[in-house]
Amino acid sequence: MNLHEYQAKTLLQKYGIPVPRGQVVAVAKETVAVTTEIASNAWVVKAQVHAGGRGKAGGVKVVKSASEAQVVASELLGKTLVTYQNAPDGQPVNQVLIEETLPIARELYLSMLVDRSLERVVVVASSAGGMDIEEIAQNSPEKILQEVCDPLTGLMDYQARNLGFKLDLVGDQISAFSKILKGLYKLFKENDLALLEINPLVVTSDGKLFALDCKMSVDDNALYRQKALAEQRDWSQEDSKEAVAHHAGLNYIALNGNIGCMVNGAGLAMATMDLIKLHGGAPANFLDVGGGATAETVTKAFKIILADSNVKAILVNIFGGIMRCDIIAEGIITAVKEVGMQIPVIVRLEGTNVELGKTMLQTSGLNIISADGLTDAAVQAVKAVLV
Amino acid sequence: MSILVNKNTKVLCQGFTGKQGSFHSEQALAYGTKMVGGVTPGKGGLIHLGLPVFNTMRDAVRETGATASVIYVPPAFAADSILEACDAGIELIICITEGIPVLDMLNVKHVLNSYNVKLIGPNCPGVITPDECKIGIMPGSIHLRGKVGIVSRSGTLTYEAVHQTTALKLGQSTCVGIGGDPIKGLNFIECLEMFEADDETEAIIMVGEIGGSDEEAAAEFIKSNVSKPVAAYIAGQTAPAGKRMGHAGAIISGGSGKAEDKMRALERAGAVVASSPAGLGEAVLAAINLKIK
Repeated sequence: MNLHEYQAKTLLQKYGIPVPRGQVVAVAKETVAVTTEIASNAWVVKAQVHAGGRGKAGGVKVVKSASEAQVVASELLGKTLVTYQNAPDGQPVNQVLIEETLPIARELYLSMLVDRSLERVVVVASSAGGMDIEEIAQNSPEKILQEVCDPLTGLMDYQARNLGFKLDLVGDQISAFSKILKGLYKLFKENDLALLEINPLVVTSDGKLFALDCKMSVDDNALYRQKALAEQRDWSQEDSKEAVAHHAGLNYIALNGNIGCMVNGAGLAMATMDLIKLHGGAPANFLDVGGGATAETVTKAFKIILADSNVKAILVNIFGGIMRCDIIAEGIITAVKEVGMQIPVIVRLEGTNVELGKTMLQTSGLNIISADGLTDAAVQAVKAVLV
Repeated sequence: MSILVNKNTKVLCQGFTGKQGSFHSEQALAYGTKMVGGVTPGKGGLIHLGLPVFNTMRDAVRETGATASVIYVPPAFAADSILEACDAGIELIICITEGIPVLDMLNVKHVLNSYNVKLIGPNCPGVITPDECKIGIMPGSIHLRGKVGIVSRSGTLTYEAVHQTTALKLGQSTCVGIGGDPIKGLNFIECLEMFEADDETEAIIMVGEIGGSDEEAAAEFIKSNVSKPVAAYIAGQTAPAGKRMGHAGAIISGGSGKAEDKMRALERAGAVVASSPAGLGEAVLAAINLKIK
């Protein structure tokens, strides 16, 4: 789950990490009060969307007066911002963050994440701030610094110093930087973050450090114990079908093709997409219905798949496992009737009582094609959308 | 032989009296697994499915002499259960639970590293040696005792590999579902190493997926340490970058973790890589034939 910049910065402040003075607004005329309260020569108006590349897409603008701030805010609010990261659909701008501008001397990069092969939280830093880390990694990998944190001791002062001196920080900046890093580590652990990125961390012309931009994402598996963060989730930033699926307890990801997929198990769901592509088709989605493919869950899944008007056929791929195929077939038949299915449904069943299940599907009198195996299912589905 | 588990493996169940624990323990017993009891704190002294229930893992291990334990507790309690099993002297911990916070697993792994204990999972179907011992949620009936060792990050794709090798009468020696989480217990390399050393295993199927670089590391290992034929499939060739595909660990991030890179690495290591999940059986046959030549 991703947080907005303004939400992330509120957390940063709570952990003593300096951020520019700012205020989020959802209505353009509120900018007047904000620019009055936050005295500055100029302000920056930042569209709040869950995507990088906002600046280049026109989502971040510097303004010189209160009236200009209001004009820019009203232009951005309600608009759909399309950046290279969320193209082609873009995301709606429902809030803008108004901040003071700072005299910037240097831009640094800083992030924390869980490194899966090291099985540790690592801190990544670079003197080449303001650029994407992928860009830095490609152009100047020698500028990427890393410190690995032991789970028992956490981030130590010497590690912060290692990074601070390598980043050419001087004097008081070293201790300020250490304080920032230790605050970030505490924040990361206490809030079950999966990623924390400050890009850039700026050094101002008077030598102070500030987190100018911040991205945070929270480990989805930990949301049960991070209720305050879970409540901040902004569903408007996510695909509407994915949001509906999430609330129905289904794992759904929208794609661009026309063959809807309903599969049990994440691996098999990915494999089904691969199979469709391999046989010349294009999957419309990833959908894992989990182990219990009951009439109720199958109905829910069909409804979500059918909400995508591109879908011209549905491929159901269930490896029965412990659940019997005749019960699954019954669930599919009930669901097809329930949603009033207008398009062909290709079903591949495998597992206990598979023959009975197939017979039930074939004799249902519905527009259901029972496939023989994985390959046949994909071939039939691709054929069905060509008609 | 087989790896990890056999007919003599004594197994406990943590979360024994819960819905999942009860259902799958019943299935395991019916399959012939040597289940010897289980733990549900507060229910010690009861008899469940004809087996003793204990309050703590220490009691359970002392009374039963179990060396393996399977965990079916909810995510919030899973880290505690894994470490309790470790503390009680269990040698093989199989954690089926899906949805454990990654920072919990980070701490758990840190502790496990100082013990001589093997963890399978979390977020996995478990481990089975056909006709001897089934620990986990896989359907026993699709298996056939035989010569292919299977290791996979995905549950249902393990079943596909099993189904295809059963249909080809190759059968399986042991199947290990290592799970779909980014931080987990046994990885491909440890399983490949055990399969390489196991007399009964004549060929290996490994099923990977997008995310991380474990398959690339496995490919390096295969190149220099595995003499047996290896077939592989990587799920997620069509997955978009930046999206988590069901499994917590299945995500292409910052240009790394792509299926094609993993497939290429495995091919370079001499594995036969199937482009379709339906081709796993044929791929392992091809790998076996290549080695014979």
